[in-house]
Amino acid sequence: MAGTGTAHLRDGDAVLRVEDLVVEFPIGRHQTVSAVAGISFDVMPGETLGIVGESGCGKSTTGRAIMQINEPTSGSVVFQGRDLTELSPEELRSARTKIQMIFQDPISSLNPRRKVRDSVKDPLDIWRRGTEQERFDLVDSVLEQVGIDPARAAESRPHEFSGGQCQRISIARSLVLDPTMIICDEPVSALDVSVQAQVLNLLEDLKAKYGLTLIFIAHDLAVVKNISDRVAVMYLGKLCEVADSDDLYARPAHPYTNVLVESIPVPDPEVAVTRAAAIGEPPSPVAPPSGCRFHPRCPNADELCSTTEPEIREIAPAHYVACHHPNVTPVTIGS
Amino acid sequence: MSGQQHSTQLQSDGRVPDGTLLEVTDLTTHFRTERGLVRAVDGVTFSLARGKALGVVGESGSGKTVLSRTIMGLLPSNAVNSGSVRFAGQEVLGLDAKQMRHLWGREMSMIFQNPMVSLNPLMKIGKQIQEPLHIHLGLDGRAARETAEQLLREVHIPEPTKRLDQYPHELSGGMRQRVMIAIAMACGPTLLFADEPTTALDVTVQAQILELIGEQRRERNMSVILVTHDLGVVAGHTDEIAVMYGGRLVEKAPTRELFANMKMPYTKSLMRSIPKLDDPSHTRLLTIPGRPPDLVNPPKGCRFAPRCAYARDKCLQEEPPLVTADTSPDHVYACWYPVGSPEFRERDAEIMATITTGVELGGTR
Amino acid sequence: MSLPESPATLAADSILEDQPSEAMATRRTLGVGFWIAIGWIVLIVLAAILAPYLGLKDPDENYINRDLGRPPYPPSSEFWFGTDNDAKDVFSRTIYGARVSLVVGFAAIACGMVVGGTLGLLAGYLRGWFDRVISFVFLVLLSFPALVLAILITALLDRSLRTVAGTLGFLSIAPVGRLARATTIQFSEREFVLASRTLGAKHGRIMVRELLPNVLIPMGALALLGVAVAIVAEGALAFLGLSVEQELSWGKLILFGSGSRDLQEAPWISMGPILILFLTVLALNFAGDRVREYFDVREVSL
Repeated sequence: MAGTGTAHLRDGDAVLRVEDLVVEFPIGRHQTVSAVAGISFDVMPGETLGIVGESGCGKSTTGRAIMQINEPTSGSVVFQGRDLTELSPEELRSARTKIQMIFQDPISSLNPRRKVRDSVKDPLDIWRRGTEQERFDLVDSVLEQVGIDPARAAESRPHEFSGGQCQRISIARSLVLDPTMIICDEPVSALDVSVQAQVLNLLEDLKAKYGLTLIFIAHDLAVVKNISDRVAVMYLGKLCEVADSDDLYARPAHPYTNVLVESIPVPDPEVAVTRAAAIGEPPSPVAPPSGCRFHPRCPNADELCSTTEPEIREIAPAHYVACHHPNVTPVTIGS
Repeated sequence: MSGQQHSTQLQSDGRVPDGTLLEVTDLTTHFRTERGLVRAVDGVTFSLARGKALGVVGESGSGKTVLSRTIMGLLPSNAVNSGSVRFAGQEVLGLDAKQMRHLWGREMSMIFQNPMVSLNPLMKIGKQIQEPLHIHLGLDGRAARETAEQLLREVHIPEPTKRLDQYPHELSGGMRQRVMIAIAMACGPTLLFADEPTTALDVTVQAQILELIGEQRRERNMSVILVTHDLGVVAGHTDEIAVMYGGRLVEKAPTRELFANMKMPYTKSLMRSIPKLDDPSHTRLLTIPGRPPDLVNPPKGCRFAPRCAYARDKCLQEEPPLVTADTSPDHVYACWYPVGSPEFRERDAEIMATITTGVELGGTR
Repeated sequence: MSLPESPATLAADSILEDQPSEAMATRRTLGVGFWIAIGWIVLIVLAAILAPYLGLKDPDENYINRDLGRPPYPPSSEFWFGTDNDAKDVFSRTIYGARVSLVVGFAAIACGMVVGGTLGLLAGYLRGWFDRVISFVFLVLLSFPALVLAILITALLDRSLRTVAGTLGFLSIAPVGRLARATTIQFSEREFVLASRTLGAKHGRIMVRELLPNVLIPMGALALLGVAVAIVAEGALAFLGLSVEQELSWGKLILFGSGSRDLQEAPWISMGPILILFLTVLALNFAGDRVREYFDVREVSL
């Protein structure tokens, strides 16, 4: 894996098209680490793209780089025809109203000292949309849609709500500016399973209602599969595999995708517990392995993998993988 | 109930149980707060045999964490207990910290959710493992160091000699959780509490850590209480499962039996809210509406009834007792209209019908 | 952690973590002690402001009473705290002395809050070179012996109320600023600040709307403690003869009564002001502590 290349990019009018994105962070004096090392992907209108991988794979950095919170070192982020990396600060400020972000920690996402209704109204105040009354009306209707009582929101601060409710409030805040795209960075991983299901369903409903395009970043494949149309698997700053959600889980081609799929605990004692398929944990991105970055942990690896980085290629219709020795041969899939 | 004779041998590889290790009877833990009495654990009874793994499952606010802390004797001063906790035949509820100290580490130990904050950042790994060895086993110097190294090897930490002289920040999250397990294992406890041990970890690492806990349990004939909100985590790694809701035990059964014949609608709903890999994407998840009950004023009747899609008038009025299921003598549950009863089936058909129509309208299946 | 040596370290909050948050929300109150402390502070402040109207004895009048012999007179129903060697009423002098002590205390901290707080907030939010410069300045200020600096300034300039308060205010800039900076950095890393940025908020708005309310809480708690420290510091300056000229202050009163003969034979001359000073500083410290605890909202994920 560790694939480079753009074979998987589609023609047509993508809402977002990211090409050769690289994000480096300085560590120490003269060293940098590439959290994202040249990835490309696109998202079509109304589509949900899932980005999945272990911690440290660069998935959150990717999300933040799209928003230009972490400035990309190189590459382009074309959103609705404009390259966000080339905009002036003021242009970016207004372009960003069309992309919103939801974060992992629901409680930390809200200002602890402000009433939550004011936090939700804040974007409208910043952009001076409508009259004060219109702002409150809009805020209240959005709050109702995410299942929060506006009256209580006007009275209460974040710590008076549960984690799931805080996440709903964050979602409401991201909706009031009527965005085109929402980047969800691990929005449910801090929540109980029962609450997680509520938030996932809510995102699906809102997506349909507002015609949103979503990028859903998470480490839990079952969750990503449930919500996504297309899934991109990341490992150490590189893309491994991109495919339609059902296809990816039915026929994981990259050995790493396979590891991820098999690690998910199955809520069924009759299913034999798979011996943890991956050996150990991902190496540090500071000194990534040569060739394919996954080769030290890969069961299929051979010499080629340790020297040459695989290019991303199509092994079945709309199923792309960056691997020299994928688990499914193109022939089987193609037939 | 005695889990001793009936417990399945599921993951214990035919080891002979050495009798009941832990017997909890009618345990309550309440907290005095300015809002009133918080009934965090309210009349819980169960037992656990030596070498077995019990999963305690519930949402936030179900009392699952307080239950394990109560057994460990780790409660703040505003807690009030009653009932009984017998550990290896000895009553441990109400022992003071001085007496409990003999049990901590040597008989019971605990691993926590967040390995990032559970280790002392200023102390070398080796020193942190040697500390319990010194306190409980009187090991010092080279003997302690060698034992520590051996422990690191047992939890599969590569290059254990080198790790002894490293600080926690030099290790990854998964490695730190392994160190936590090594520390917990240091004095060969007979009962290990694992409170959401993998929630802060990646799925790939989670599988490895659960595997490690299981391996240590089998090797040491140790009992494990695995506290989690995720039924998926306990399915493959426990012999028995206890489901808690609103401070009460609402269902308990051997793991296979529970998954085969869930009785509590709550357990069933928890199960259904987990996204499954086998389902096509955009499968609508079933959710449990509302939130856990306020433990200061728990609802009358069944505590789950206000959120239960299958609840009827009786559920809101009368609290169901724990009854034994017809499928297994070890299976108990507290529900008036359990899964499979005619009343349940009738309501379930209605619910499924609405979901299906909803799908047709919304087109999101 | 498998070896919890002291279960007492497990706060009630941590164990209640898996409680619904509603249970936590209404649980906090400031407590009776806080209101007693605030009551005392208000009482002292009012007494100081209204001193001329309270029918107190004149603080500068010599109340020599032939029947009682030579002053100092011990505490009695007439002289609550006794009198000093010149038969001046210690109670009345203590109340009048509160004026200078409190003005110096509050003014000094107000100055520290405004200047230090602003600099700390800017440094913590903007980071970069500005932060490095400001942090270095704070460090220099903290490294300079405070008392020596105060002595230098008051000796070089005058000993007016403004100079003394200004000096102590200047000295409080660095501690307040450093706290403001540290708190700002801590909150700047929270997602709500990031969210506000991505929603289009400009720097000024983020600092004023998002960060300031969070930074003010620990600063407010520190301010109450700081008032206490400033009052004591004024006392120390007075002790060195460097406090406000012409006016009474608690420090001066204590100084007047602390000759070794007085301490042995007429301890009340210094004990009255010491008692009031002690109670006031205690009340400020206690209130500051409670404020900090009260607003220390647990924001861990529930």
